[in-house]
Amino acid sequence: MTIRPHDWLMLSPELLLSAVASLVLCLAVFTSKAREKALAAVALAGIVGTVVLLAVLWNDPSRSTPILSGMFVVDNFSIFFKLLVLLAGALTVLSSIRFVGDAPYPAGEYYALVLFATVGTMFMASGDNLASIYVALELMALSSYVLAGYFKEQVKSTEAATKYFILGAFSSGVLLYGISLLYGFSGKMGLADLAAAFASAPASRILTIGVLLLLFGILFKIAAVPFHVWAPDVYEGAPTPITAFLSVGPKAGAYAILARIFYVALPHFAADWKLVVAISAAATLVVGNVAALLQTNVKRLLAYSSIANAGYALLGVLGFDHGGIPAIQIYLLAYTFMNFGAFALVIFLESRGYAGESIDDWKGLARRNPLLAGVMLIFLLSLAGIPTTGGFIGKYYLFAVAMHAGYGWLALLAVLASAVSAFYYFRIVMAMYLSEGEAAPLESSPGVAWSAGLCAVMTMVIGLAPQPFLALIARCGL
Amino acid sequence: MAFFQQHILSIVAYVPLAGALLLIFLVPKEKTAAIRLWATVVAGLDFVISLPLWFWFDRGKDGFQFEEVANWIPSLGVKYHFGIDGISLLLILLTTLLGFISVYSSFTAIHDRQKEYYVFLLLLQTGMLGTFMTLDFFLFYVFWEVMLVPMYFLIGIWGGPRKLYAAIKFFLYTLAGSVLMLLGIIAVYFYNTTGVLGMKGLGNAPTFDIPTLTALTPSMPVYFQILLFFAFFFGFAIKVPMFPFHTWLPDAHVEAPTAGSVILAGVLLKMGTYGFVRFSLPMFPKAITTHWVAILMIAISIVGIIYGAMVSLVQKDMKKLVAYSSVSHLGFVMLGVFALNPAGLRGGILQMINHGISTGALFLLVGIVYERRHTRLIAEYGGLAKQMPIYAVFFLVMAMSSMGLPLLNGFVGEFTILNGAYLRNPWFAFWALWGVVLGAAYLLWLYQRVFFGELSNPANQKLTDMNAREQWTLIPLVACALWIGLYPQPFFDVIARPVDRIVAVIDGASKPASQAAALRPAAAVRAAGAPGPAAAIR
Repeated sequence: MTIRPHDWLMLSPELLLSAVASLVLCLAVFTSKAREKALAAVALAGIVGTVVLLAVLWNDPSRSTPILSGMFVVDNFSIFFKLLVLLAGALTVLSSIRFVGDAPYPAGEYYALVLFATVGTMFMASGDNLASIYVALELMALSSYVLAGYFKEQVKSTEAATKYFILGAFSSGVLLYGISLLYGFSGKMGLADLAAAFASAPASRILTIGVLLLLFGILFKIAAVPFHVWAPDVYEGAPTPITAFLSVGPKAGAYAILARIFYVALPHFAADWKLVVAISAAATLVVGNVAALLQTNVKRLLAYSSIANAGYALLGVLGFDHGGIPAIQIYLLAYTFMNFGAFALVIFLESRGYAGESIDDWKGLARRNPLLAGVMLIFLLSLAGIPTTGGFIGKYYLFAVAMHAGYGWLALLAVLASAVSAFYYFRIVMAMYLSEGEAAPLESSPGVAWSAGLCAVMTMVIGLAPQPFLALIARCGL
Repeated sequence: MAFFQQHILSIVAYVPLAGALLLIFLVPKEKTAAIRLWATVVAGLDFVISLPLWFWFDRGKDGFQFEEVANWIPSLGVKYHFGIDGISLLLILLTTLLGFISVYSSFTAIHDRQKEYYVFLLLLQTGMLGTFMTLDFFLFYVFWEVMLVPMYFLIGIWGGPRKLYAAIKFFLYTLAGSVLMLLGIIAVYFYNTTGVLGMKGLGNAPTFDIPTLTALTPSMPVYFQILLFFAFFFGFAIKVPMFPFHTWLPDAHVEAPTAGSVILAGVLLKMGTYGFVRFSLPMFPKAITTHWVAILMIAISIVGIIYGAMVSLVQKDMKKLVAYSSVSHLGFVMLGVFALNPAGLRGGILQMINHGISTGALFLLVGIVYERRHTRLIAEYGGLAKQMPIYAVFFLVMAMSSMGLPLLNGFVGEFTILNGAYLRNPWFAFWALWGVVLGAAYLLWLYQRVFFGELSNPANQKLTDMNAREQWTLIPLVACALWIGLYPQPFFDVIARPVDRIVAVIDGASKPASQAAALRPAAAVRAAGAPGPAAAIR
């Protein structure tokens, strides 16, 4: 394989971020605990620089030439997902400053791992070959395992990492087995080559099994039922900023590869995988929402809510050929802001000495800090899909796609599930506004205030003026 | 002035929102007197600037007036489209009037968290006004849903003992209905463009424009119309609420603070009936003229009338009694609407306004004694006529208006509805008539138990009569009740055109295709249709 100068340019965002991540790792050796904020600043600067490079590559006319012999592709579709995960990475770093600063663990590795997970997800979005996609996925996953167990002396955190690692490794194996079956049949790994090879291939049960194994592997990453069992424990045990990151960043990457692999390479098997996705979506909607009803721990509640949200996004997967991809994109955009915002508030309460995890900790927040309560209200309304928020626009798109693609029954299930979901989101609203709690005012810290504030503003902007975002996404298709 | 004239609808809709935002950011929460004053001024101002609509409205014109159109989400075909016809005009004026009254009546009722309270009341106002004004389905859904949130807080924060339960029940119930309506909207949207659920689409440019889509949907096949009719039905019927979807209503009403109940009964429920009149009837005429659907709708309306009245009869709590009477009265409204003839529709629409006035006033009146005694149990009272004579007079007038006594508004509405129902089928009118009889029974019995007899309960012997502010909250409502009761013609004039259009669409659908093509002109329908009670009253 030859690497041409043009390839270097195309790879520059990922290379820059990897370099910054390594730099952070090196600097960490020389940085005292007190000055770790500087590392966060370096990480943020790296993310900003990466965004600038991506902006340069936006709409690049030469993107159609294969990079690294067809391992890697740079199109607006991948740039969209890269920006999304960079956003998640930046928000994670921002809301971690105080959280990690207070913890008795070195922060340098933490920030470096966040950046490496981000790089992995960026490579996922650009993968054009099953081999490169798999390697990218593993880079993201291995970094996430370590991050989940970052609070290594906390039992819950260690348990989360162990569970995540074992189940994650198993699912990677399943994915890899699926890839090997496809390769065995076609002798190809490139997505376009696969599509061409299968277009004329006779139906084969083994081949279908390969496709489904590949699907199962990815469904695991997005925590769709029945591959979701890891999610609540991992989300509960991991350090909260990491929970927030896992629930948005890597998930977005998983949707990117789901779209690319199944839309580009495997449309020939649509009848098979759509049936499985439809069943999984229905199960995810029901299980995610019903289980969330029973939670009293906010982190677990948000974990189940994010499972449920994967169910809505799967509607877009079913409607790939009916405008499903833009629907997933606008939804993920809104979801990144609203979900991260909600977790940012959990982080805020935790750093104030509250566990932040029991719903009781939220009692009376409206009086203690009306601004933060109002911000949380925006996130919860958005998650519940109430209009004027980004969550509504995203959900509207997904419901519309499901109807359009002929999945009326699934759309019906999804809207009813959405109505049910209001109940558990409103339990937090109820605690904040309707219940009496402690009276002492709570001051917010700048990192959390900034990330939550940004998320709230963006959630409302997407809800009230979605046109610019829709226009942007219209240019980010596959 | 030209700007004001062109954008009067938006101005009326957003004055409360702007007032609420200024209140949030400019007035500190300790200055409760300033907050109350500000909210009253904003709500009052909104009522005043909505009044020109009544005078500028051209009663002889078909279609929508005061239209405002702007692009909102071009990718989806969503427009910011406002516009009103006579039906929305009346509901908007009712909303601004009741909005002002509910703010003004809360001065002594609310002591806790006043700033948030008035903010939510004003936000609610914008949500409701927008719902009645919008001519774009997407925007309609936005307003329709958004208004749930402030109402949730009004019940949940300032409500009675079971407020948490009542608030979330209200919220979830109505949300469940609305999401089904959303699916209906999506289906209509795709019917207009590329097709949906096995239906071939019309291939038009994507739009959510209500007049455009309303013109297209009547030509859908019957089975599809029925499907969509029921998708919308759940959204509207839960809001109305029609039997058997009414169970959220007594809880919400009883627990809500007085102003919340006034708005809930006066305006919110009308969003459901308005939905039927604005969407279900003109959009799905073939569904609504399908025999079993028509009979089902009439049947649940009549069951609602009688069931609501009978349950009212046995209530021990005044507010609960008034709440169940709403079920009965809205059964009347729906009976009129589903009579599908000019008389029924006119009566139904007028009765929406009447119910807002009478029931709103009754909730205010119940709130006045509740503030003094902190109980609403009928058994706690008795002989109040001696202690509170002014109160007794107001209560009597509004009770009579509610039960449909001639010379007051309720009579005009109920009579017109019964007329319409009779023209459809005399048995419909016969069964509905029992609602009138029972209505008189529960209201008169309530009046007798509360106001007549000995002033035996010592707690009542120190009750003070209504003060000036309380009287002024009710005087406008009494005036409206008398106006509609004595001279309803201006109201019928305003709604004549839109009602004729709806009836023409329905008649067109029930005729064979060849005749349906040539819809009879509206005037001919009016002449050919049975002489409505409007004519009789004239």
